[in-house]
Amino acid sequence: MRHPATPAGVPSTGGGRIRAPLPFPTAARSAVADDQLRANLHRATRTIRGKRVRAVDEVPDWAALRDAGAAIKADVQRRLPELLERFEAAATAAGARVHWARDAAEACRIVVELTRAAGADEVVKVKSMATQEIELNEALAAAGIAAHETDLAELIVQLGDDTPSHILVPAIHYNRTQIRDIFRRRMADAPADLGAEPRELAEAARLHLRRRFLEAKVAVSGANFAVADTGTLVVVESEGNGRMCLTLPQTLISVVGVEKLVPSFADLEVFLQLLPRSSTGERMNPYTSMWTGVTPGDGPQDVHVVLVDNGRSAVLADPVGRSALSCIRCSACLNVCPVYGRAGGHAYGSVYPGPIGAILSPQLTGVADNASLPFASTLCGACADVCPVKIDIPEILVHLRQQAPHPVAERTAMRTLSWIMRSPRRWALALRVARRAAGPLGAWRHRRTGTRTLRRLPWPASAWTRSRDAPLPAPQTFREWWEKQ
Amino acid sequence: MRIALFITCVNDLAYPQTGIAVTRILRRLGHTVEFPVAQTCCGQMHANTGYRAEAVPMVRGFADTFDGYDAVVAPSGSCTAMIRDQYPRLHPAAASVAGRTYELSELLVDVLGVTDVGAAFAQTVTYHPTCHSLRMLRLGDKPLTLLRHVRGIRLVELDDATECCGFGGTFALKNAAVSTAMLADKCARVRETGAAVLAAADNSCLAHIGGGLDRARSGVRAMHYAEILAMTGHYA
Repeated sequence: MRHPATPAGVPSTGGGRIRAPLPFPTAARSAVADDQLRANLHRATRTIRGKRVRAVDEVPDWAALRDAGAAIKADVQRRLPELLERFEAAATAAGARVHWARDAAEACRIVVELTRAAGADEVVKVKSMATQEIELNEALAAAGIAAHETDLAELIVQLGDDTPSHILVPAIHYNRTQIRDIFRRRMADAPADLGAEPRELAEAARLHLRRRFLEAKVAVSGANFAVADTGTLVVVESEGNGRMCLTLPQTLISVVGVEKLVPSFADLEVFLQLLPRSSTGERMNPYTSMWTGVTPGDGPQDVHVVLVDNGRSAVLADPVGRSALSCIRCSACLNVCPVYGRAGGHAYGSVYPGPIGAILSPQLTGVADNASLPFASTLCGACADVCPVKIDIPEILVHLRQQAPHPVAERTAMRTLSWIMRSPRRWALALRVARRAAGPLGAWRHRRTGTRTLRRLPWPASAWTRSRDAPLPAPQTFREWWEKQ
Repeated sequence: MRIALFITCVNDLAYPQTGIAVTRILRRLGHTVEFPVAQTCCGQMHANTGYRAEAVPMVRGFADTFDGYDAVVAPSGSCTAMIRDQYPRLHPAAASVAGRTYELSELLVDVLGVTDVGAAFAQTVTYHPTCHSLRMLRLGDKPLTLLRHVRGIRLVELDDATECCGFGGTFALKNAAVSTAMLADKCARVRETGAAVLAAADNSCLAHIGGGLDRARSGVRAMHYAEILAMTGHYA
């Protein structure tokens, strides 16, 4: 079967929950005003950040591991079609059925059909970004199939009728009291006197989920890695809910983005060191599940893999932007990002928030459809420093900004400024004009307050003076001082 | 050695005292500084806002203006990072001069081998390492090393120093709410130090943080660290 990584025409863009419904600045404005949200984010990201630093600093060859991780991913991107075919052959030989989905809608349709064929009207789910991306839960619900999230944070988000706001910690925007309230309100079997202690909350979720695991006929998962040589899928997790889903039901459907491929089993050695240390700040994640097709008499006997493109081939076609596909979804970039830390994940309007989301979502949808996201960064570079696969996020942000549609007024101003600045004569004249124009204003300010700043400027400069005094041109420019000596 | 000063557009217009300071420091150390008047802007704002094509004429102009010098010094981590990181890709002929362009502390410490510039400044100072000087140029503690050798100075550590102040060029306008939230945290950390002066390697970031500090009437003065290094008497 022809796979979607080598379509006949131009690779198509993706669908699902990857398009920001509101421009980032608009969505971020209300998030920034929410003090509780900011406090929750601050506490959580600081804690994970500290753990990551300790877990990374103790590895003497961390730099070499990052290099290896980046090199393996770059190699995969160079020969993805070949590796995908190899994966399909190996997984099929091991008893799995491999399905190809061009986009989110096709992937959802496949999962719905497979679930119906298994005679089930509910599925248990392992935490998975790919299924969030394609909005699988909504598609299943529309087909009359209930999807039960079993990861604790995903369960919280699902019970709260909310969407995830972090890749690793989907409920990072809640504190424990808010979580208790959601459980009391929406978890039918939660004790009425449920407290807000983490142990109590986890126990309530455990009892609630146990029943689901035992009843489910179908499980849906994603995968952190897919090994081309062997057809093996890998899920790493912390809670053990994944292990339950991957072993108990009869049917297992795994939705996997095509970029998850690694060539050989040995390559996992690199990523299974990089991922937990970058992600949860642990030396090793508690549960690593690997399965290769069907093992007769043990675990799911009806095993499916849905390989999803959903815009990834379009990303692959951009030699600068394609390294965004190296992402192993560790979230280290979110946890260090000062913009994510203030705005939170929902402001990005995509299942992929933070710095990686700001480069991945616009590439999956086409930049015009997510035009505000490449600008949702100060280019401070903290993300690139922690990325375990060395994605140069600031470079890709700047690259995508070139493709974004620009507001007409801004474009006119930038072109005019460029026209002035490309000529030494025009620039010298402009400096003189600016200095003279500000002269009386500066002298007046100077007398009244002793500072050379302005407190209020008209639009569009009011965006600056709303929170900051604005500097004035100096009474004498540097070049005027230089000429006078 | 022929040293040229690249003042940067923002400094030329609004912070001439920083350029005057760089000139004084280098002259005090026995060097001649030249100021090629044909210089304009490095083009960073254009390139980073999505107008690379509009930045290229400035890149070409920079290469033409500074090509004959042994070293170009700029009192800005961000502009130096733009030149060194993006110029070779935007205009390959600019790669050579980009490799000879230094942020002030790089020129002093790495090229000239100086850590004590003979300055005196009796004030409590805290230092904010600007993002591009920290993560693109990897200045490390070069500016701090220079500041530590200033007579009379009391350097106090800034909490969360490596966290971005929220300026980010056009980000400060396009995402004013987030920028302001980051600024509020940075200003709070600065005020907690009790320092009278906040020093940094970029006047653009300082215009933002200083603008926030002024708005709050904090009394903390934002200064480019070059201006401290230029002081020889006691600061009044």
